[in-house]
Amino acid sequence: MSSIGSDAASDFIAATPDALWPRVRRALPIAALLAAAFVGAPAVGDDYWFNAILIPFLIMALAGLGLNLLMGYAGQASLGTGAFMATGAYATYNLMLRLPELPLPASLALGGVIAGAVAVVVGLPSLRIKGFYLIATTLAAQFLLEWTFNQYGWFSNYSTSSSISAPRLVFLGYDLSSPVARYLLTLTTATVVTLVAARLVRSQTGRIWTAIRDMDTAAAVIGVPVARGKLTAFFAGGFICGVAGALWAFAYLGTVDARSFDLDRSFQAMFIIIIGGMGSIAGSFIGAAFVVLLPILLSRVAGAAFGGAVDAGQLENLQNVVFGALIIVFLIKEPQGLAALLARLGRRLSSPSRR
Amino acid sequence: MSSRIGRLRRAAILAVVGLGLGAGLSSAEEPPVQKQYIPLLTYRVGAYASSGIPIWAGIIDYFTYLNEAEGGINGVKLFWDECETEWGVEKGVECYERVKGGKDGSPVPILWPHSDPIGKALTEKAAADKIPLVTLNYGRTEAVDGRVFPYSFPVVLSFYSEASTAINFIAQKVGGKDKLKGLKIATVYHDSPYGKETQPALDLLAKTYGFENIQIPVAHPGNDQSAQWGRIRQLKPDWVFLRGWGVMTPVAVKTAAKTGFPVDHIIGGIWSSSEEDVRPAGAVGKGYLAITTYPAGADFPIHDKIRRFVIDTGKSNLQDKKSFGSVYYNSGIVDAIILTEAIRTAQGKFGHRAINGEEARWGLEHLDITDQRIDEIGATGLQPTLELSLSDHEGGGIARVIQWDGAKWSTVSDWIQADRDLLRPLILERAAAYAREKGITPRSDADSTN
Repeated sequence: MSSIGSDAASDFIAATPDALWPRVRRALPIAALLAAAFVGAPAVGDDYWFNAILIPFLIMALAGLGLNLLMGYAGQASLGTGAFMATGAYATYNLMLRLPELPLPASLALGGVIAGAVAVVVGLPSLRIKGFYLIATTLAAQFLLEWTFNQYGWFSNYSTSSSISAPRLVFLGYDLSSPVARYLLTLTTATVVTLVAARLVRSQTGRIWTAIRDMDTAAAVIGVPVARGKLTAFFAGGFICGVAGALWAFAYLGTVDARSFDLDRSFQAMFIIIIGGMGSIAGSFIGAAFVVLLPILLSRVAGAAFGGAVDAGQLENLQNVVFGALIIVFLIKEPQGLAALLARLGRRLSSPSRR
Repeated sequence: MSSRIGRLRRAAILAVVGLGLGAGLSSAEEPPVQKQYIPLLTYRVGAYASSGIPIWAGIIDYFTYLNEAEGGINGVKLFWDECETEWGVEKGVECYERVKGGKDGSPVPILWPHSDPIGKALTEKAAADKIPLVTLNYGRTEAVDGRVFPYSFPVVLSFYSEASTAINFIAQKVGGKDKLKGLKIATVYHDSPYGKETQPALDLLAKTYGFENIQIPVAHPGNDQSAQWGRIRQLKPDWVFLRGWGVMTPVAVKTAAKTGFPVDHIIGGIWSSSEEDVRPAGAVGKGYLAITTYPAGADFPIHDKIRRFVIDTGKSNLQDKKSFGSVYYNSGIVDAIILTEAIRTAQGKFGHRAINGEEARWGLEHLDITDQRIDEIGATGLQPTLELSLSDHEGGGIARVIQWDGAKWSTVSDWIQADRDLLRPLILERAAAYAREKGITPRSDADSTN
């Protein structure tokens, strides 16, 4: 274990001046992207872009990221993403409701911590079972938690429809209810969480996760703390999904009930990382772009091209056919996900002499 | 493949993607047109498509009829486009954002979410954008209090009124409300926010009339209900109020018949009252009762007009002509009548032109669909009377009961009035709680002029 730790540490310390420039160059596109997202988008975007495109995209990317830490990095397959998101949403709601003096970021983070704690409990069986059997236990959590939030009125402050509705979003005196403000809230959260996650997967914890994923027996033999590694992965994954769930409820929809976080949501997160790329931070974002944005694009293109000429129901089904076909094509072209596809493309572009 | 061509191709794909997304940014800036835009949020695919398709057909056929036969509303023709939601929230929100700016110069007067979760998610967005949401027989019950919810209109029959009309129908059957005392009435409900919504109302009604209120949940989707109906056999209720959703309804009817509960003592709720809900149950469904505000039938005068101007001229949106006059088709007509009459009312104040959401809200809050007006439209017996006001966004609170004869529905009751005065304090209490939580100052009735 100690050897892995020092490996990880030396990897960070080894950033000698020689290696600095590639690192900076690698960081440049990300910096440009962040600048565009923080400055450019609010300047040109309108309600449609924030409410319908950017906010859901960022939140689902975040949920994908949470699952990616758990499933892509630590190898613990989970269908509990929806349940963790619901936990985060309901926990944050109750914190904001019952402890109104807490600032918004603290409520969000604490909601994430509660979701993480619940995820750890859900992850306890992972110490004994793995693979498809673990999926079954996380599936149980998915159903149990959704049912719990629907069944017990306390979670929704006895709202008769069991739905929770965002209290006014205020931070440091600023009203965050406008689309731009909600977008910036989502973006800031996503940025911070992603940077921490990117750091985390390169740290000792991340290496432990990878070791467990690649072969947990071997990892245990060389002294990697397997049990702790699995549970930290569940905590980290649950935390991020919880934050995503809270944002989904408050920054995106405003009013949700537990149905918003049903099994379909868990599958959606899983598709995001399978299509985007397991074990890749960028993959979560690329996958979310594919799963969330492509159907919208298809619908707009189809509407502009055939609207009125083709029966509306047929047109919708056709879009689903095209979307499904694209998933299959991309997965055949690159089973490692779109992130790997893009990385290969990037390598080819940067070295044009070869092939 | 040479990498250059590959790169070009990728660039081309990226450009197309960019253009497509960019289309969302452009908005038409043209001089006002004398045409009224009505966006339709549809679900023609997905789990509920079979009920959605006849609804849009009813709506679009009525619009087409107005345009063809009456020249629109006061000369303002209607035009519409569809945005597919698959009944889901994200697509619904995306559609809402896409259409809310209006089209070709016409603003959006009224929006139908046509899905409970979409309606909930849009409540605050629509209030901020000043676009009224009209939800026929569903939606937040507390939105009946229009002082707190200025842009939500759960018209005709809220879930509370639905429960109350069911109880009042039972009262008619047993010979008066005083005979309800001592009866056992079991509610078999879809275990979801929608299913639980009637519980506070039934609690109060049970206390008031002295019947025993039994609540039996069915987990989604409700494919197997032997446990629930086994319990019913033990408890022996006099009546069962069935608040189903999707496949739950036919399974309930079938299981009831199997366990020996008389099907003609089951009263389906508003979302258990279509042909699609009972036909799969087969022959045992005969005698099943259900509550509706849009009885089935193709013999209303409005159907003759639609047949003449729309169906026979080949302009109908209906693919399967068998659905003409079905419950869902007729619900589309009722939806369309309420929307167009609200626009007509607003035009009376603001002029014969395309109107916007704020003006349409005024139109809705001054809407009065009288028996006489319903007769002019040709929808007597189909369309309930409806009078809305600033503090009452429900209006009717009336419904009829229909009975399945094995092949089609027949109407077996006149319009039954819910005990709205009894239930209103419950609604006001919830609306006040919402206002407190959200920091909303309720409008006063004096605001009704603007």
